[in-house]
Amino acid sequence: MARTLINVPQKAKRGEVIAIKTLISHVMETGFRHDNMGKAIPRDIITSFVCTYNGEEIFRAALHPAIAANPFITFHTVATESGTIAFRWTGDNGFSQDASAKITVG
Amino acid sequence: MHKQPIMQATRRAFLAAAGGAGAALIVRPAKATPAAMTAAIKQVVGEAQINSGKVKLDLPPLVENGNTVAMGVSVESPMTAKDYVKAIHVFTEKNPQPNVISAQLGPRAGKAEITTRVRLADSQQVVAICELSDGSFWSDKVDVIITLGACLEDNLI
Repeated sequence: MARTLINVPQKAKRGEVIAIKTLISHVMETGFRHDNMGKAIPRDIITSFVCTYNGEEIFRAALHPAIAANPFITFHTVATESGTIAFRWTGDNGFSQDASAKITVG
Repeated sequence: MHKQPIMQATRRAFLAAAGGAGAALIVRPAKATPAAMTAAIKQVVGEAQINSGKVKLDLPPLVENGNTVAMGVSVESPMTAKDYVKAIHVFTEKNPQPNVISAQLGPRAGKAEITTRVRLADSQQVVAICELSDGSFWSDKVDVIITLGACLEDNLI
């Protein structure tokens, strides 16, 4: 379970461009660092982030080790209809985390 | 007391040997070279020509801590069904890997602007490339100076 923080406006006018801000707690271990014994720390990152609006994909990002710990991603979308904006992060070692936010479009 | 010179010599020899061995043993993570970045860009762009303009890569010119650097990429585009930004890619020159993020957008984005936080290992050039719906590629480059690079503090966990 990773903590997520989503910022989506609760209400929007139809056709309005809204900003979506997402944050998830994750170490994003690069795989390039070594521990005190000089042993390489295996990579453990989130590799993919997908956002869907009422089931339709509106944004997708492939993340690499160069993304800082606790990935913070913001992007925009047009508020078309009321419904659910869902987010999914997937990564190394079977990591998967879902989150969603409701939006009312009037 | 007559043993001291020998001790010193041994110590010196030991340190020299240890230092030499240490230097040989420490393997820094391989850094992506500008050539690696070019290769990574080519993988995305293919043989298409990259124009400069339209994209704005927003990075502070002087960064104190490379572990988290706020980065924004925005593209001038009407974002209509016929003319929109398909993808935004960011590459670095000297990070261990050239790729940073590849974002896929669509006409529903309304505004082609993304922000995130990145790690930068060294003072280097960062390149943002966007792909428009008509298949053209546009890029912007920013030179960043890093005081404290990411990835280097191996023991700080």
